[in-house]
Amino acid sequence: MVAKPVFITATVVLLALVPAVVPGYLTSLATLTLIYALLAMSVDILAGYTGRTPLCHGAIFGTATYVVMYYVTTAGGNPWLAFPLGVAGALAVSLVYAGLAVRTSGVYFLLLTLALGMIVWGVCQRWTSVTGGENGLRGNARPDLLGDPTAFYYFVLAVGLAACVVMWRFVQSPFGLTLKGIRESDSRMRSLGYNTTLHVFIAFLFSGLMAGIAGALYAYFNSFVSPSTVALTQSVKGLLMVIIGGVGTLFGGIVGAVVIIVLENVVSSVTQRWSMVLGGLFVLTMIFAPEGIVGKLRSYLARRRQR
Amino acid sequence: MGSMGSILLQLFNGLTFAALLFLVASGFTLIFGLMRIVNLAHGAMYLMGGYVAYAAATASGSFLLGLVCAVAAVALLGLVEQWLLRFAKGNELRQVLLTLGLALMLNDAALVIFGGDTFSVPTPEVLRGPAQLFGITYPRYRLAVLGVGAAVLVLLWLLMNRTRLGALIRAGVDDAETVEAMGINIRVVFVATFMLGMALAGIAGALGGAFLSLYPTADSEILVYSLAVVIIGGRGSLGGAALGSLAVALLSTFGQVWFPELSYFVIFGPMALLLAFRPHGLFGRPA
Repeated sequence: MVAKPVFITATVVLLALVPAVVPGYLTSLATLTLIYALLAMSVDILAGYTGRTPLCHGAIFGTATYVVMYYVTTAGGNPWLAFPLGVAGALAVSLVYAGLAVRTSGVYFLLLTLALGMIVWGVCQRWTSVTGGENGLRGNARPDLLGDPTAFYYFVLAVGLAACVVMWRFVQSPFGLTLKGIRESDSRMRSLGYNTTLHVFIAFLFSGLMAGIAGALYAYFNSFVSPSTVALTQSVKGLLMVIIGGVGTLFGGIVGAVVIIVLENVVSSVTQRWSMVLGGLFVLTMIFAPEGIVGKLRSYLARRRQR
Repeated sequence: MGSMGSILLQLFNGLTFAALLFLVASGFTLIFGLMRIVNLAHGAMYLMGGYVAYAAATASGSFLLGLVCAVAAVALLGLVEQWLLRFAKGNELRQVLLTLGLALMLNDAALVIFGGDTFSVPTPEVLRGPAQLFGITYPRYRLAVLGVGAAVLVLLWLLMNRTRLGALIRAGVDDAETVEAMGINIRVVFVATFMLGMALAGIAGALGGAFLSLYPTADSEILVYSLAVVIIGGRGSLGGAALGSLAVALLSTFGQVWFPELSYFVIFGPMALLLAFRPHGLFGRPA
């Protein structure tokens, strides 16, 4: 247990040093990774700790991105104010999703969240007067103070670390332990007197809140949003990061985000077939390492050590 | 007459769309009900079928040949998918996610082969041009699709209720283990159902490719509609698929007329309302 604080401190220090030691392009890649790590962790709150695998987080994430972009570029609003507005938008979408999906579990939950997520995608695609349709919305949404890539990296890092602490506290709290109980057996928790529906509902909202924060940061980062930001691929990407990092480990999502974002950039520099690679990776992971690549490595190493 | 006629026209549009949707969703719901596999690659199979039908029909000039090729191609892909699914046997969530990965791969493969342009499968000569019906002019081809949808509904009903295979499928939906314990090779029933669903998706791709046209995101659109149908109708229910297709298609067609930009939203309302009262759909039962 002594190693843990040391390890965490070392990681934070390393992350803080990133802009100082690597070239500009990699700093922006690191920023993107941090944003996706936040999305992945928000997915893990539901997939890992509540036992309900969602496929709508791309839509929640993207709603925040759309709101920020619309408020700043089309409506000409204040970029700082856009951030809470974007998060509020994501929260509103999560509220509706949670209300509908909360009574289902297992495959039904997955299907329902998939369909709900696709509705947001369809609306973004067709509601051209607001979302710009296929062309999306373009323009700088970042506040002037964060214009410099290094400054922005630290901003994302600060927000990300704060979110990490909050999420860690959340899953470690009695409430989080109750969620784990619901994951293991809904009926048992209910017979113990817990309002399981309400617990799942709140977990969904919390997860949506975190995904919304990631989405708002993404608007600052990308200065562009189109239907592909809210598409199913986005939700799939988030979920794959969680699976690769290990479901129910929270910080595994960070590892998954690093793997996927680095891979995406390497693959995209060679070929345009990223979507093919992502799909193939999903199929292979499901066949060979459903417990995640990190989990697989860990069990492999444990077996080697025994010999 | 004017508004009455246009409502009638939209009604027909809705019905033809429902017929097409039923072709896709009936296979989807049967596979889901029997094998507990949510085949998220079903939309991609539909699109692949459409593209193959387009390629074969334009090359040969025969719509029928296009249809046959589409069914064959999708059946082949279905075999590959079944083989892959065997690696994730017994775990529903793993299987769903595997089909999802496959859907991404198929969609990208379609993009590589056919590019991002929009195609339409050429309709057969006999079915070109309009027909007069109840005082409105309506494309003959769409009426034929409506006919095919109705015919498939009747045939599937007969298959499910009047044949041995149908009885096995129905028994399997309720309790696959007991069927197996009675000495029946349920694996064969599984394969037959899966291939039936694939064939229906291929047919739907060819038929739909001629009036909805084919483009790279058509697979997710049809998948979402099918999901809505199954969510409304309930897992493994043929009647549920028929009613669900009607509801979803009519809502989305009239939605497109009344709220063109938010038409996607219109299928959402009833779905939400239904879920509040019946979380497993109209005819579904808890797993």
